[in-house]
Amino acid sequence: MTDFEPVIGLEVHAQLKTAAKLFCRCAAGGFDAPANTNICPVCTGQPGALPAANAGAVELAVRAGLALNCRVNEVSVFVRKNYFYPDLPKAYQISQYDLPLCGAGEITIDLKAGGTKKVRVRRAHLEEDAGKLLHSPAGGAQDHTLADFNRSGVPLLEIVSEPDLNSAEEAYSCLTELKLLLQWAGVCGCDMEKGELRCDVNVSLRPRGAATPGYKVEIKNLNSFKAARDAVSYEISRQAAALNNGETVARDTRLWDEKARRTEPMRSKEAACDYRYFPEPDLPPLRVAPELLAGLKSKTGDLPREARARFIRDFALNAYEAGVVASTRELAAYAEACMRHAATIGLGSKPIMNLLGGEFLARVNENRIAPKDLAEKAIRPELLVKTAALASSGKVSASAAKTLFARAWETGRDPQALLEELGLAQVSDPAQLEAWAREAIAARPKAAQDLKAGNERALGPLVGLLMEKSAGKANPRAAGEVIRKILGE
Amino acid sequence: MLTAKEISKAIAGKKTTAAEVLESRLKLIKERDGEIGAFLEVFGETARAGAAAVDRKIAAGGRPGRLAGVPVAIKDNLLYSGHRMTCASRILEGYVAPYTATAVQRLLDEDAVIVGRTNMDEFAMGSSTENSAFKRTRNPANPDCVPGGSSGGSAAAVAAGFCPIALGSDTGGSIRQPAAFCGVYGLRPTYGTVSRHGLTAFASSLDQVGPLASTAEDLQLAFEALAGHDPKDSTSVAPPAAGSRAGAAGLRIGLPKEFFSGDNADEETLSLTKAAAAALERLGARLVEVTLPHVRYAVPAYHVVAASEASSNLGRFDGLRYGFSAPGADLAEVYKKTRGLGFGPEVKRRILLGTCALSAGCHDAYYLKAQKVRTLIKRDFEAAFEKADFIIGPTAPTPAFRFGEKGPDPLAMYLSDFFTVPCSLAGLCGVSAPAGRNAAGLPVGVQLLGRPFSEPVLFELLKALQNG
Repeated sequence: MTDFEPVIGLEVHAQLKTAAKLFCRCAAGGFDAPANTNICPVCTGQPGALPAANAGAVELAVRAGLALNCRVNEVSVFVRKNYFYPDLPKAYQISQYDLPLCGAGEITIDLKAGGTKKVRVRRAHLEEDAGKLLHSPAGGAQDHTLADFNRSGVPLLEIVSEPDLNSAEEAYSCLTELKLLLQWAGVCGCDMEKGELRCDVNVSLRPRGAATPGYKVEIKNLNSFKAARDAVSYEISRQAAALNNGETVARDTRLWDEKARRTEPMRSKEAACDYRYFPEPDLPPLRVAPELLAGLKSKTGDLPREARARFIRDFALNAYEAGVVASTRELAAYAEACMRHAATIGLGSKPIMNLLGGEFLARVNENRIAPKDLAEKAIRPELLVKTAALASSGKVSASAAKTLFARAWETGRDPQALLEELGLAQVSDPAQLEAWAREAIAARPKAAQDLKAGNERALGPLVGLLMEKSAGKANPRAAGEVIRKILGE
Repeated sequence: MLTAKEISKAIAGKKTTAAEVLESRLKLIKERDGEIGAFLEVFGETARAGAAAVDRKIAAGGRPGRLAGVPVAIKDNLLYSGHRMTCASRILEGYVAPYTATAVQRLLDEDAVIVGRTNMDEFAMGSSTENSAFKRTRNPANPDCVPGGSSGGSAAAVAAGFCPIALGSDTGGSIRQPAAFCGVYGLRPTYGTVSRHGLTAFASSLDQVGPLASTAEDLQLAFEALAGHDPKDSTSVAPPAAGSRAGAAGLRIGLPKEFFSGDNADEETLSLTKAAAAALERLGARLVEVTLPHVRYAVPAYHVVAASEASSNLGRFDGLRYGFSAPGADLAEVYKKTRGLGFGPEVKRRILLGTCALSAGCHDAYYLKAQKVRTLIKRDFEAAFEKADFIIGPTAPTPAFRFGEKGPDPLAMYLSDFFTVPCSLAGLCGVSAPAGRNAAGLPVGVQLLGRPFSEPVLFELLKALQNG
């Protein structure tokens, strides 16, 4: 058995989050809209219709390129990729080939065994999406296919990596990091179920230490990163078995069958095509003005990897916490604002993380607040910090802190004022605590006896009851001490 | 027959109405177009409505447009919302334009009245209008002769007096050559000055919309209405600034030796061209000899580039969304039958040629090489324009030929574009002006080529030649 090393490359299509399509002014986002309502002569290939590039899409593509550390070409060229298919109204796709908008770049990924790896990006180019075909539509004739051109002309960024990945796990990590980068740059929604992100993977094997293999198998129809990982694993085994049998592996395009959990060859007719690329004569070379590029570069700021490192270094978060707050650029900015503010009042990041990772994110998810709306729709960082400070100082209990946080978010009012108004201040007054403790002991004589006999587990229910009687205002630690003190007498 | 300028002036001055002008032309069309066959369709109803709207506007004191009430015919590859458009091809039979081409809209904005769509070679591929899938168009100067092409219907419509102005499109000479054959003026504007939005593409990097007219003044009037930047066409540019000079005096006119030597044109054509040059000299222009060493490669380079782009542009006619569709057992059969039955032989030939020229094994040897030749031809002209302000030559090697005269060999027809193709490849502006008639009474055209955006001066030269 030869020891083979997998050689894996990625090809990812990311739908750019623009209001309009790439070459016409039709709405780009209306995938829930009734079929063929966001269409015009340009995106349905009417005679005489001409493309006009959407500057907004170009800007998003440049931002993505910068996030992938790509060299952005000041001049790039649109080309026509010619083929016939019913979802392609012009019989050519406007894409880029020799001169893409974004050239060489790199993505750094974390390795499971520790350490990092740089995965080179070969190119990232702009192109238009095709329409959508509905085969044998419900309620329609079984032998019919319907075409919906709402998606036709929506901008895509095709990102192609070098074959620098060597395992299914690395491919998975790279896809995850790529998705994070695209979300971070704010260029793509990355919802694979909606087709906002699509990935194909190339896999081949070479004897460990040998040169690049002479073939490449492309896998399509990967609906999730997990599917990509599974398909790569499957393909590595399949190819290794073939090679060990003395067979050659053909250059091939295969489809991942999620149910059967294996790859199947695509009909060779679909795979073999001469696209007859040539420069798109309807569009002049695409120029990115140096000022625009410089402006976008200056706005790129930290990438997620740097942000995570900074949260760990400057705010003493652990790797998991850093990953949580640095999941989007906006959340990272918000979290950093909170932590910086906390530092000014001598509060550490731990109480901030307790709120951020808990109540805050729960509320954000519940209300489906998009990252870009955080600054506008979420509680002001100072108020979050004040709430965290009150909880941390013991002035409110953990459960009261939740209530306080919710009220502060809803009203935008100062948590200190709300605390007084709502009477949520934590009670540590011994006399009051003792009164509640005696009520609790009286109500649970059995538990009291057990505790007295040394069964520590009986303390919980007694403290719980005390908290109930105090309407959540009692300081739980002090309450426990008072109960022990009474029973110890 | 009134010129466009006279018509708009008379209508603006309330001496006549757009309706009156239109009715007289419709009457003429009815009497004579049965024989000539310039139109594929006359838009009687909408033309009458358009003329009535112009009359109402003027009666209400509105400012008349520059083409107020001028009847204009449009080539059948330009879209006019709500009207049929076929490119003289079966594959677009029944197609109704869902929007209006910018060029057509700009004429409408100047209160022109669109009278109908004119016959052409299918998808503008041809030089005689014989490649129309629907009908033959005869040359008004001699009904046994072709009107030229591919804008043959437009040229014949102007020559027959059906309208003073018509729109054509020029890819390799399709405005200038029929203008020469029919004895009218035809302008290929500088690439980018007239929007291609709404012009059915043949070869996108070469196609230009332009006017045909019965006088130099009308040609200028139409061009000025048509030219303008259009954000819907990314290759569109701002029109050239109006010139301040007049006449031909002081202009250097270049005579390329390649245009006047050898047997590229017949004797009578050459002598009428030389006579036009001599007339310009009498008007104060200076004649200089120039050379265009690469123009002999222009026709093959043109055909490779144009066919390559056409093979891509015509892919959309697949029978799935609009136009003619032939049923088939599966998708491949629908494509094959629709395109097999829908396109005529010349269109198929060029699609095949272009598909081949762009294919993986041939791309560099054909498409790329042709682009290199294109660059060399452009440089030839740049060098020539160092010595000359304009270049003169015949528009076509011969006057209008007879139907079927070119025979079955497509190369014979292709070579008739020898004089017009270089201008297209180099992105210049070019015009064909009537240069008199040969002994048989057929019109001969003289071609003047200018630097990109030199139209304003070109019109001065043209008017001097016409009136001097």
